[in-house]
Amino acid sequence: MKNPNIYKPYLMRIQKITDEAPGVKTFRLVFENEEEGNRFDFKAGQFGEYSVFNEGECTFCIASSPTRKGYIECTFREAGRVTGALANLEEGQTIGFRGPYGNIFPIEEWKGKSLLFIAGGIALPPMRCVIWNCLDLRDWFKDVTILYGARTVADLVYKQELDEWAKRPDVKLVTTVDPGGETPDWKGEIGFVPTVLERMEPKSENTVAIVCGPPIMIKFTFPVLTKLGFPPGDVFTTLENRMKCGIGKCGRCNVGKYFVCKDGPVFTFTQLKDLPPEY
Amino acid sequence: MQELSNTVRQLLESGSVKVVIGYGEGTAGKVRPVFITDPRDADSLIFDIRCKQNLAVYVLKHEVKHLGKAAVVAPLFTLKTILQLAAENQLADGDIVILGIDDGGKLTEFSNLADVEAFVAPHDDLTADEKEKLDRIEKMSLDERWKYWQNELSRCFKCYACRAACPLCYCTRCTVDINQPQWIPVPSHDIGNLEWHVMRAMHLAGRCVNCGECARACPLDIPLNLLTQRLIRDISSQFNQRAGISAKAENALSTFKPDDKENFIR
Amino acid sequence: MIEKKSINKNALIELFKKLRSQQWRIIAPVKTGEQITFREITDGADILEDYIQTTQSPKGVVFPPVEELFRYNIKKEGVELSEKENTVVPTLVFGLRPCDAAGIAPLNAVFIWDYKDSQFEERLANTYYMPISCSKTDESCFCTSVGGNPGDTRGSDILLTKLSTGEYLAEIITEKGKKIADLGTGLFGPEPTEAKEKNLAVVDRRFDAKELEQKLKTLFNNKIWLQQSLRCIGCGACAFVCPTCVCFDIQDEGRGNKGKRLRCWDSCGFSLFTLHTSGHNPREVQSQRWRQRVMHKFSYQPDRLQVVGCVGCGRCSRACPVDMNLSEHLTRIMEVQP
Repeated sequence: MKNPNIYKPYLMRIQKITDEAPGVKTFRLVFENEEEGNRFDFKAGQFGEYSVFNEGECTFCIASSPTRKGYIECTFREAGRVTGALANLEEGQTIGFRGPYGNIFPIEEWKGKSLLFIAGGIALPPMRCVIWNCLDLRDWFKDVTILYGARTVADLVYKQELDEWAKRPDVKLVTTVDPGGETPDWKGEIGFVPTVLERMEPKSENTVAIVCGPPIMIKFTFPVLTKLGFPPGDVFTTLENRMKCGIGKCGRCNVGKYFVCKDGPVFTFTQLKDLPPEY
Repeated sequence: MQELSNTVRQLLESGSVKVVIGYGEGTAGKVRPVFITDPRDADSLIFDIRCKQNLAVYVLKHEVKHLGKAAVVAPLFTLKTILQLAAENQLADGDIVILGIDDGGKLTEFSNLADVEAFVAPHDDLTADEKEKLDRIEKMSLDERWKYWQNELSRCFKCYACRAACPLCYCTRCTVDINQPQWIPVPSHDIGNLEWHVMRAMHLAGRCVNCGECARACPLDIPLNLLTQRLIRDISSQFNQRAGISAKAENALSTFKPDDKENFIR
Repeated sequence: MIEKKSINKNALIELFKKLRSQQWRIIAPVKTGEQITFREITDGADILEDYIQTTQSPKGVVFPPVEELFRYNIKKEGVELSEKENTVVPTLVFGLRPCDAAGIAPLNAVFIWDYKDSQFEERLANTYYMPISCSKTDESCFCTSVGGNPGDTRGSDILLTKLSTGEYLAEIITEKGKKIADLGTGLFGPEPTEAKEKNLAVVDRRFDAKELEQKLKTLFNNKIWLQQSLRCIGCGACAFVCPTCVCFDIQDEGRGNKGKRLRCWDSCGFSLFTLHTSGHNPREVQSQRWRQRVMHKFSYQPDRLQVVGCVGCGRCSRACPVDMNLSEHLTRIMEVQP
């Protein structure tokens, strides 16, 4: 009996397209084969390879929560060949999806703790999955704080979600834009994410921090978290790297003895210290 | 060779040059490129008939430029390459120290590109041997010639050693590296190979100095220089232009002259 | 249990005839111009035995340079995915070197790691290896430094060693080897009396792979990488002739509504290999890519998959246009002072 072809994707129909920000879109995808859709399951943190046939594949995390069945979502910024082609597609068209790949956020281990989510710009999508997952299991956790920042007000993604989270009494949401990125009626914070984080003085006791953002943001956020008393084993992040196969074979995402597609994309800061600076 | 080593030692000791790109002994009788930064290593430089690699490929390389001002051991084909690179604005007079060397090992330190031009002037683009090989292919029927090239190019596995070794393939983003659109297919199937080699030859038309490095670097022994040599012939006969003889030349395929033949417009 | 028998050249030709009559493919090294290449042969006449190493490795039999993953047809109602018909036939790779057969293990480790690559598995299941031990060696070979030797049986189904009498010792090692021996009933004779070791080349050990693995862990930021890679021109010759290099690219090629998704060889030595769409490249300069090549083969892969990513065949050194002699580089690395 031959093993299945691991490079053959699921066929997905684009059910809904949302324009999040200039150049940024969210696709809601449903499985063309309902049976496959019913059997499909994934966990927060995992990613997939999304295809546009004739153009190629692209790596995005699965941005919807695994607690919500029947569809998956991805958010991307138009940047190259495949994302450019995706941006031209319409609702009802078909793309491919291979996944779920990668490791997961160990949500079970966070039971009974407080959660601090820190995200910047286009890096909110991988966080959105784990945030919704945790909110759908809200009574597992103590305090839930979300700090999200972007360059300008227009660059903030998931505006609808941000509204929902702001309205929830069991979530503390802080949004910020870079100095100069505010609009006259902006009511949130103004400042770079690491700066605002330091101002907030979140407590580190019994708290897990989940950080996701461009490399420069992570570089400046980590010292702040250390100063606040977060042990590196309790700080999680998700890495990006150039990928093709997504399953540890093509060699592209190999960093040290790890493969970002297999040993990641979720890493703790303790693990990051082990990685050579090649990502 | 002694003259070469002495000159190199002096250049490095005086500090006027930080690295000398030359030839050294390699594995089992092979010759390898060496980068001498310490004057005490000057004696490891060699020069003999085995030294065929075109070292000009290192002159524009980021890691070598980072070491400081360079001198390069330059046999005839390297001198021609340097002129062509200057014609294409990649090098200016005085950027590098040019240690011209002839077949007998006699050294000429060129102080400017005009002197290099004078030295290169009396040499032909193609040797009699090379002309004979080209004639043999040209005598084939179109069908035979197609079969010949299909046979040769089917071996190619797209390692791009030809591109990497060619000093004139210095584009930081090569045409094959563009994927919007993917002009040249990436995989090494028949069409991918043919398109790559034809495109590369065309991009070298009027620029190739016939150093033969592409064929020498090819791990699969594909006679790639035959393609570029044929174009040297064509550019010479159709445009009366030759590469590698002047630091101020204009590229045949990207220069418009009012008296260009336009008999293809009917 | 390795079964030891003997066989002579004529019997081998008979064996090939028998296999071909059952639609087997036979691949062996033949002279093509100045080089030695693995080609499909029809009779045994052209097979070259008196050589040290071929230019390309036989990895193309199980891992072709271009391979179709699936095909697609974009229709109005949706997309149709299909796979091309299975054309894998039993294949005997004859007359390769023991190091090449040993090179199957690192390939296999990657392709069946976690997600099983069914195309590779099927090819490998239908490929049989019958190497001939080495009686000659050159300065680029270094099998004994990476756990191999000129008479290595790892990866072979039947290993032949040419004896001074002209006949071969045939070590039947695996079940697949037994299958060939059974198909060639009557062609194999009793175990010869001459010792195998008398007919093997001697390859001096230049370094120890396990020590190298440990040493590399301390050298990430060492300046030796820049020194060694100054002459590297960044082509993919070493990766493509290597029997254990497995990095690949995935490309869609289509016209209008129909097309294929292909897999093709790639190399970590190319500058674009790790380039992000954003323009960020974690390995921007050649010294970082040279370091990755060595680290991956001799440190990361042994650590992760318990297999050294090199068999010491020396092809990379012979094919390199600028004489990057791998065993020489590795020996220098071992000599680096802390």
